[in-house]
Amino acid sequence: MTNEEEPIVQYQDVNKIYRGGNVAVEHINLTIDRGDFVCLIGTSGSGKTTTMRMINRMLEPTGGTILFKGKDIHQQDPVALRRRIGYVIQNVGLMPHMTLYENITLVPKLLKWPEAKRRAKAEELIKMVELPESFLDRYPAELSGGQQQRIGVIRALAANQDLILMDEPFGALDPITRESLQELVKHLQQELGKTVVFVTHDMDEALKLATKIVVMDAGHIIQTATPTALLQHPATAFVRELIGEERLIQARADVTTVGAIMLKNPVAITPGKSLHEAIQLMRDRRVDTLLVVDDNNYLKGFIDIESLTRQYAQSTAVSDIMQTKLFYVHESALLRDSVDRILKRGLKYVPVVDAENKLKGIVTRSALVDMVYDTIWGENADHDETEAGPDHQPQAGGERHG
Amino acid sequence: MADMGTFQQFWYYLTTNGSYVLSQFTRHFLISIYGVLIAAVIGIPVGLVIARNRKLSSTVIGIANVIQTIPSLAMLSIIMLGLGLGVNTVVVTVFLYSLLPIIKNTYTGMVNVDPTVIDSAKGMGMTSFQRLYMVEIPLSMSVIMAGIRNALVVAIGITAIGAFVGAGGLGDIIVRGTNATNGGAIILAGALPTALMAIIADLVLGFVQRRLEPKESSR
Repeated sequence: MTNEEEPIVQYQDVNKIYRGGNVAVEHINLTIDRGDFVCLIGTSGSGKTTTMRMINRMLEPTGGTILFKGKDIHQQDPVALRRRIGYVIQNVGLMPHMTLYENITLVPKLLKWPEAKRRAKAEELIKMVELPESFLDRYPAELSGGQQQRIGVIRALAANQDLILMDEPFGALDPITRESLQELVKHLQQELGKTVVFVTHDMDEALKLATKIVVMDAGHIIQTATPTALLQHPATAFVRELIGEERLIQARADVTTVGAIMLKNPVAITPGKSLHEAIQLMRDRRVDTLLVVDDNNYLKGFIDIESLTRQYAQSTAVSDIMQTKLFYVHESALLRDSVDRILKRGLKYVPVVDAENKLKGIVTRSALVDMVYDTIWGENADHDETEAGPDHQPQAGGERHG
Repeated sequence: MADMGTFQQFWYYLTTNGSYVLSQFTRHFLISIYGVLIAAVIGIPVGLVIARNRKLSSTVIGIANVIQTIPSLAMLSIIMLGLGLGVNTVVVTVFLYSLLPIIKNTYTGMVNVDPTVIDSAKGMGMTSFQRLYMVEIPLSMSVIMAGIRNALVVAIGITAIGAFVGAGGLGDIIVRGTNATNGGAIILAGALPTALMAIIADLVLGFVQRRLEPKESSR
C-alpha cells in the first residue's frame, strides 16, 4: 500500500496569494516525515495557520503542490481527505448539542463505522486522557476548558488518523492545564506514532514538543531545524528575537559544546622527556599534573606529582611513570552531557580531544563556574556574540559591574 | 335576558352556542396555523439560503420588513382584490405577516452558530449538507422556533380581522356582537377565546423553544 519511508506531507513551492496581491504565504517548501512533531511558529500574520490549513484543504493554495502520502491533495475529495486527518482548533469546537460520545465518534460515524466499534473506540480513547467513562454521556458545557480540549484531542484520533493538525490548541488555557495537555499530546504522539503539525506562537511550547521547528515570518519559511539546532544556530536576527536572548543564554548549557568553553594550550609534555624536565615544567606553570602527548599531539596519558615523587629515583623518562587510564571528553560533545560526569568524578580538569584523539585543551571546574555565572548574570563582554540584541546590553553590563 | 349581568350573559351565550363557538375557535386556529406553516415551509429555507449567501440577506429581509409595515386591514383588502372574499385571503395575509419573523429568526439563528463549531465540523470532514442538518439547524432550532412562536401569536390576531372578508373564525362572533344591540357578551364570547388561544400558543411554543435550546458551552 503506502510506502513507510515516503514523507507524509510535502509542500512543493506552495503559494497562497489573495486577490489584490495580498501574500499569505509564498514559496513554501517543506517535508514532513512520518512521526515528526512539526511546530509552525511565527508572529500573527506570518502565515503559519494558512500553511497548516492548506493540508486539509480548508484553504486552497493558489500555486504549487501539496502531497499527502505521496498523492496530490488537489486531486482528492476534500471531505474524504479531511476525514483522514485529525483537526484540533484553539476554541475546541466541540458540538455543544452532542454528548461527548457523539462528539468523539463523529468522524467514525461519518465513515459509517458500526455502533459497537464506535463505542469501543470512544471507551478506549477516553481512558487514554484519564477521564471517567461516565463522561461519555455528558455534554461539553459540563466540562472544564482543559477537559474539553482533552476531548478535542482524542476526537482527532478517533478514526485512526495518522496526521493530526493542531491550530494553537492550548492558547486559551491556563499555564498548568496547558502543561498537562502538552505532556498528554507529546505522550500520545510518541506512543501512537502519529505525525503532528502544530501551530503555535509560544516558543517554549515549540521547544518542548517539536522534533522539527519551522519558523515563519511574513509568509515565508525562515528556518527549519530541530529545537537543538535552532538554539545553536538561529539563522537570522528575527529567529534570535523570536527565541529571545534570555532563552538563548539559558539554553547555552544545553547547546554549548565542550570545545566552546575549554581552555586552549593545556600544559602537556611528550613521553620522551626526562622527569627532571617534567618537574621543571610543573613548577613553571604552577600545576601538579601534566598531560602526556606524543610528537603529533595525540593524547597518551598523564603524570601527576605523587607518582613523580615516588618514582623519581627509579625512573628517568616521562613514559615510565605515565598513567594511561585517562578520562577525557570529545571536543564536540555537548556540555550538558559532560558536565555531570565531570562533576561526579571529582576531577579538577578534563582533557578535551578532537575526532582524531589529538589534545585540544582542557575543561576545568573554574570554566564551569564561569558558565553558570554567565547563565545567571548574562553574557560576558569579552566573548560576546550577541550584538543582535543591543537593547539588552546596557542592562546586562550594569548588572555585571553592580 | 336583560336582567342578567354581562358575564352571566356571556356564560349563557357560551352554554347555548357552545358548539358554534368551538367550531369557530377551531376554524380560527386552523387559519392561523395554515398561514404560519406555509410561511415556515417557505421562510425557513429562504432563511437558510440567505445565511449561506449573506449578500442576499439585506434585500430579502428588507422586502419582508416592508410587508410587515403595511397595516393588516389594508393588506387584507388588497389581497381580497385578487383572491376575493373567503378564507384563502386570510391565509395568504397570515402567511405574508409570518414571513418576516420566520426568515429573520432563521437567518439570525444560523449566523449566530459559533463559527469555531462550523470550522471544526468542516475540518472533520462533514459535507455542506451534513453540516446543515447535523450542526447548524440543531443549534439554531430554538431561535427559529422563537420566530414561529412570534408569527403564530401575530397570526391569531390577524385572523380575527379576517372576519371582515368573510373567512369566519372567532372574529365572526366579535363582528356579530358589534352589530347587535347590547352585544357585549357576544363580543366577549369571541374576544376571550381569541386572547386565550394567543396566550396558550405562546406558552406552548415557548416551552418547545426552551426544550430545543442547545446546552451552551460554559466557556
